[in-house]
Amino acid sequence: MTTALLALQWSGRHSALDPFGPQAGRVHSLWQFLWIVAALVLLAVVVTLLLATFRRRGEAPEEAGPRTRSAVATAVAGTVAVLLVFLGVNFATGRAVTLPPDDALLLRITGHQWWWEVTYPARPPGNQVTTANEIHVPVGVPVVAELQSSDVIHSFWPANLVGKRDLIPGETASIWFRADSAGVYRAQCAEFCGHGHAKMALLVIAEPHESFDAWLVRQRDSARTPADSLARRGQEVFLASSCVMCHSVRGTPAGSRIGPDLTHLASRRSLAAGSIPNTRGHLAGWILDPQRIKPGARMPANALSPPDLEALLAYLESLR
Amino acid sequence: MSSRFPEVAALVLTGLLLGACERETRRFREEPPAAPATSGVRLSELEPGPTTPDIPLHNAYEDNAWAVAEGKRLYSQFNCVGCHGHGGGAIGPPLMDAEWRYGAEPENVFASIAEGRPNGMPAFGTKVGAQQIWQLAAYVRSMSGLVAKDVAPGRDDHMQKKAPELAAPDAAPRDSRSEPPPP
Amino acid sequence: MRAVSPSEITRADDRELHETLERVWGDRPGLVGWITTTDHKRIALRYIVTTFVFFLLGGLNAGLMRLQLSRPENDFLGPDAYNQVFTVHGMTMMFLFAVPMMLALGLYFVPLMVGARNVAYPRLNAFGYWVFLIGCLLLYTGFLTNTGPDAGWFSYVPLAGPGFSPGKRSDIWAQTVTFTEVSGLIAAVEIIATVFKHRAPGMSLNRMPLFVWAMLVTAFMTIYSMPWVASASLFLASDRLVGTHFFNPAEGGDALLWQHLFWFFGHPEVYIIFIPATGLVSQLVSGFTRRPVYGYPVMVLANIMQGFLAFGLWVHHMFATTVPQLGSSFFTATSAMIAIPAGIQIFCWLATIWHGKPQFRAAFLFVLGFIVVFVTGGLSGVMISSVPFDTQVHDSYFIVAHFHYVLLGALFPFFGAVYYWFPKLTGRMLSERLGYWHFGLFFVGVNVTFFPMHFLGLAGMPRRVYTYIAETGWGNLNLLASAGAVLIVGSVAVLLVNFFRALRRGDRAPDNPWRAETLEWATASPPPSYSFLHIPVVEGRSPLWERSERRPVVTGLSTEVRDTLVTTLVDALPDSRHYDPRPSAAPLYAALALGITFITLIFTPWGLPIGGAVFFLGMVRWAWPTLRSYREQLRYEEGKA
Repeated sequence: MTTALLALQWSGRHSALDPFGPQAGRVHSLWQFLWIVAALVLLAVVVTLLLATFRRRGEAPEEAGPRTRSAVATAVAGTVAVLLVFLGVNFATGRAVTLPPDDALLLRITGHQWWWEVTYPARPPGNQVTTANEIHVPVGVPVVAELQSSDVIHSFWPANLVGKRDLIPGETASIWFRADSAGVYRAQCAEFCGHGHAKMALLVIAEPHESFDAWLVRQRDSARTPADSLARRGQEVFLASSCVMCHSVRGTPAGSRIGPDLTHLASRRSLAAGSIPNTRGHLAGWILDPQRIKPGARMPANALSPPDLEALLAYLESLR
Repeated sequence: MSSRFPEVAALVLTGLLLGACERETRRFREEPPAAPATSGVRLSELEPGPTTPDIPLHNAYEDNAWAVAEGKRLYSQFNCVGCHGHGGGAIGPPLMDAEWRYGAEPENVFASIAEGRPNGMPAFGTKVGAQQIWQLAAYVRSMSGLVAKDVAPGRDDHMQKKAPELAAPDAAPRDSRSEPPPP
Repeated sequence: MRAVSPSEITRADDRELHETLERVWGDRPGLVGWITTTDHKRIALRYIVTTFVFFLLGGLNAGLMRLQLSRPENDFLGPDAYNQVFTVHGMTMMFLFAVPMMLALGLYFVPLMVGARNVAYPRLNAFGYWVFLIGCLLLYTGFLTNTGPDAGWFSYVPLAGPGFSPGKRSDIWAQTVTFTEVSGLIAAVEIIATVFKHRAPGMSLNRMPLFVWAMLVTAFMTIYSMPWVASASLFLASDRLVGTHFFNPAEGGDALLWQHLFWFFGHPEVYIIFIPATGLVSQLVSGFTRRPVYGYPVMVLANIMQGFLAFGLWVHHMFATTVPQLGSSFFTATSAMIAIPAGIQIFCWLATIWHGKPQFRAAFLFVLGFIVVFVTGGLSGVMISSVPFDTQVHDSYFIVAHFHYVLLGALFPFFGAVYYWFPKLTGRMLSERLGYWHFGLFFVGVNVTFFPMHFLGLAGMPRRVYTYIAETGWGNLNLLASAGAVLIVGSVAVLLVNFFRALRRGDRAPDNPWRAETLEWATASPPPSYSFLHIPVVEGRSPLWERSERRPVVTGLSTEVRDTLVTTLVDALPDSRHYDPRPSAAPLYAALALGITFITLIFTPWGLPIGGAVFFLGMVRWAWPTLRSYREQLRYEEGKA
């Protein structure tokens, strides 16, 4: 039970049939309507087909007459009527889900091969929060996400909250959504983007206002120099090895922005963009041999001696 | 002569196809090529014992389009651009011409990246793994047309800075190791 | 009207005529004849066999994917292999199977159905096949040497562009597309010219079989859609090879331009597959209910309407991009509107079946299966024309389910046509019993494989993922889908067994085993090289069902040379005569030269001048006058005088 709960926490819900936001809810209602109408139409066609095929026939050849003509005309008229109703319902749904709200929380999502960079703009800019592969949003507050891509086309799809939107290089798209209840929702990249496409997910964590604010404040902080000696040794390993070529930990000299920001790595639920849970074992496996977990990922393998690895893990786990 | 034709044709075809295989492999997870990072540059002509024969090392990544493309990505991400520009050089020497101060062979380029060089080239060997350095070395050589055209990268999705590497003119390397360094 | 079959030649002068025509129209024996033939039947049969082989290979790719996805975190295929497999699967099924197969059926049966001895430009037709074959071989040579395209069959930039697809994989995509576009355009030109100018006298436009109408609409759509993808692939190839910036936003290009260009071709492409399928259904329905399809004029108009509407839908592939809202609404409306002509067709077929006497042959079962599967796919198609709904299911397995329902919906009539026309193609009957098994396994297999995918998509499974984590809960439905794929493989295996059995010891096929209405059944099975002993004169829509005492035929054409009749566009009145060219190897040389051009262009821009020069030589060889053709021309002119 606990394991299942933990697993749910790192992988998150991901289904359009399980709406937790107003837009996903409207689309879900639309789907239910479409599904019923489609089932009825299919049933009508199949019944007519079976009747037409297997009905008893007289010996004399029958000719299509005015009745056939009116039957076909009625069916066509019925088709047109159903389509008109469909267009009406579709239009109503479209209006309801696209109109952007005022005073929404703004955040920026940048797609990279194959991870998500997330920033929460703030004034002064020093208060801006940068994280990766995980966004936190307050429950019940509309959020506008600006979507950009640094390389190829990706697509942001938190299915329980709202439909998808593509991240296209050279353009800025935006999407808004609102989580109506607390939970972890998964947004997997929906536009084919290369080797890591299947392992490029982002978690949307909806939480009450207070804990969201607390989270945001914590994320603003730089990393503190660890207190215990093992973790301090780990920091030295971190700064002396290839980690610093790509990652940044604010408050240390590591400032590269090629890979995800690790300042608060330990506070995240998953590693490798939603591929594995963020546990010590998985983290070790990921550092030593990332290509086994996520073939094609830009993270190279790292040959670390066991003591170095242990120290590094202790350091990374201190980055809360 | 003519009776040999099918065999010769089959041999040539097989070679071409194997070449295609090698060009297209994506080597995500492997041991990098042997990395004798200490070979290469010698600041002295003298050495103990008999003269070491010069065994050229083949960088397998120069036959592999994906590895060269990775090298190109790393070249810009690790900020090689900052000194060498997009091959034209600025603070550092240009990389798309025929001059090679520390040797043009793959192992020379590897050593230059890994060990660093006087007058500003940092030693990346402690921070960058051998696989990535070999990828970088393959890319650096593609800038002056030393890598096969069907392996060299095309243009990138940024502002046009230079012709794509696959259109780079072949610059027959001139080794300027023995010449005095420029002032 | 039916005494045109050489198998029933009794009169001595008919026998003599048969021998003369066979001498004039027949090919030289052996390999030379095989290479030089310009007989539309031999060439189209080649197309059919080739495309079918690639259908099997594409199916094999699908099997690999289903194996990989049958359980979560499977490590049977890595992402690199999987990306190539799904891309090559899509390309094979679209470019090497579905479209060319439909065009090939047109190339075989349109001339027979309109009573012509050959297509309009026979050498061009041969050229088209050779070009197509080179394209197929290019793709699979690439695939087998690890150079298979890996950016999806619609090859979106920038992923397929120079920055993110190193190597030659995307170039193979671009050139395979170019090859198949060239051959597709040629087939379209053949069909249009044959239909417009080579119909038998009396077959006015309103007497053409529905399949011919469908192929005519398809051919026009091909001509208007394929240049778009040809230019897109040219842009892509030049971006990759010489560093142009068509799709580079930093230099004023646009990544979205690719999607517009591609889908302006890509959506009509789907109807290029579907509209011939409706033509097949019409022939099958009339053949197995023994009556003409109800509502001929509206059936024709429905096809034409689909042809036009198909060009107004492309943006519904791009609802998740940054296209403006108002534009999207327009495309929602047109996408929904396409259900009207499709509905009309379904209702007319139902009315025909209602009043006819259905015969439960295997081919007819495929018609019934088609209606169920296609209506299902059509209904999900209307659903995804809705922008808000599409933003949820776009690029998910819901879409995979939808387009497989529609495209396999078109495969049902194709299989029906296999049972219907196999006797005409080979002179042998397929086993009906195996046909039932084939149908049963296929129908169940398709639904078991693809119906669960609707729910996988709604449950959040994106397409083109090589694996998924167990926590998503997609494992069971994926396993079910993979089990269904086993049934599909089984059904195709049954079909293959049926083929080989029929070819080895199938019953001999009579001229018209189904007592169907159209002219292809008015000649032997398989048809002789000259197709018809006498060119028929047509007096109605169902020439073989007309109970006329007179059996008028065309007389006065020369039998000593390849003399064909050209008729007027609307009424098919005899207009002029046309000299049909002799067999020639020139098309093969020209195709090889074109192949060299395109393939060299993958590696160097020098391919253009070098290949252009070689191709020019090929064309000179093609047009070079020979003494033999000169003499024949002379004889022909004399005969005319």
